Amino acid sequence: MREPLIQFKNVYKSFGENHVLNGTDLSIYKGEITTIIGKSGGGKSVLLKHIIGLLEQDSGSILFEGRPVSEMKKAERKILKRKCSYMFQGTALFDSLTVYENIALPLKETTSLSDNEINGRVRDKMDQLDLHDIDDKYPSQVSGGMKKRIALARALVTDPEIVLFDEPTTGLDPIRKKAVHEMISDYQQKFGFTGIVVSHDIPDIFHISQRVAMLDDGRILFEGSPVQLAQVSDPAVKEFIQGLYINDENATRVYPEIKVGHG
Amino acid sequence: MFRVSSLINPLTSLGRGTIFITQEMGRIGIFFFKSLALIFSRPFQIGKIIQQIYFIGTKSVFVICLTGAFTGMVLGLQGYYTLVKFGSTGFLGAAVALSLIRELGPVLTAIMVTGRAGSAMAAEVGIMRISEEIDALETMDINPLRFLVSPKLAAALISMPLLTALFDVVGILGGYLTGSLLLGISPGVYFMRIETSVIMADVTGGFIKSVVFAAVIVTICCFQGYFTHTRAEGFGAKGVSLSTTSAVVISCVLILITDYVLTSFLL
Repeated sequence: MREPLIQFKNVYKSFGENHVLNGTDLSIYKGEITTIIGKSGGGKSVLLKHIIGLLEQDSGSILFEGRPVSEMKKAERKILKRKCSYMFQGTALFDSLTVYENIALPLKETTSLSDNEINGRVRDKMDQLDLHDIDDKYPSQVSGGMKKRIALARALVTDPEIVLFDEPTTGLDPIRKKAVHEMISDYQQKFGFTGIVVSHDIPDIFHISQRVAMLDDGRILFEGSPVQLAQVSDPAVKEFIQGLYINDENATRVYPEIKVGHG
Repeated sequence: MFRVSSLINPLTSLGRGTIFITQEMGRIGIFFFKSLALIFSRPFQIGKIIQQIYFIGTKSVFVICLTGAFTGMVLGLQGYYTLVKFGSTGFLGAAVALSLIRELGPVLTAIMVTGRAGSAMAAEVGIMRISEEIDALETMDINPLRFLVSPKLAAALISMPLLTALFDVVGILGGYLTGSLLLGISPGVYFMRIETSVIMADVTGGFIKSVVFAAVIVTICCFQGYFTHTRAEGFGAKGVSLSTTSAVVISCVLILITDYVLTSFLL
């Protein structure tokens, strides 16, 4: 049996009276893209922030390669952090830095690469994401969709082993959305990173995902492959999928029984 | 029951307040010492420090000259009308210079820098906090204190004594303008009295104060911005505005309190 790369075991997290994670159990496997779906405000971003160490659970444990992260030494946590990259839902670009400086920042601050090497890697990512002639512009001077792609370029520029994408395609047009999905998929196949994607792009996101997990009321309601998701009988999971995509032609291609079931 | 609770509640509030203030002081202390230590971590952030010296120091020159000149001028006027009662107007130069170098120069420079640069620091760091930029730094394994606070602290520690010196010099010239040119004290007497009365300990005392004030301003202003999200209403623009207000008020109060403490030690 495969051992998960990252594992949530009975994780609880509350913000005052707001109980966000209520005994979350989740397994993320190495070299796979796992998509987390669920209602807005349901704790998906909170779950991602636990993986990268921005938040700490109230109880339960998060294991990395079988070892609890909370028991790791500072140096080990640092190594783990360096393996990860995070693309924020709201992009979190630095307003006072130019687009080029934003993408180059993690390389400049955390590596000893020369300016030429940094330039090469930044150019590479910018070309792949269609980011041309905006080097000297500031994030406030570019469109929302472009900001998403800049954030994506910044997340991938360090060639991380684990990439966390928090709604990477929200606000993008269908063509760009497809391009971003393809890029995540291509990169994943090329470099074999482990991807965790929070997304509402159902069913498009399933084409690039090996696993899907559905978070509802702080618990994982479903965990399995996209095909298994299509066959699931849990009414809450079916209702969520139907509620989102009952009128979507693509959805009916992938999940014909959902359409039939609803109609 | 009512009597008991009315007696206990003020004590409870006092206890809670004391614990809160002690915890805050501890957190501010840790924030300062970490930021200070990170100034010396490699690779040195020379470029960022120079940028901050330009922002905190160079851009404050005009406002420091302006306030220094008028402070010196008013000291010249007030000093003259006080000293004339004792027939000792010749001591005006010494009175103006000692007041400026020992007290007013460091304090007023610090308050002006708080208003001009400290408020900007609190707002900048606060906006970075609420827009998740500080979280982004952490996810990239970039130490936010090293990246954001240390260059500002280093720049303030370098700039403040220089700005204070400028304030003192311009203030002395302002006193000369009103005392000598306007009220007729001999310029030779004015400057001679400064030379004979001001000793090196006065100057170093003023510089020590300015260095301590620099640490107070940057630590308080960056701390308020950095922890904007932990305030009761620390979300969005309102959170940043509250942090900026607190930063300026707390910095100014602490400047005056530390001024008293330092003066009592330096005398």
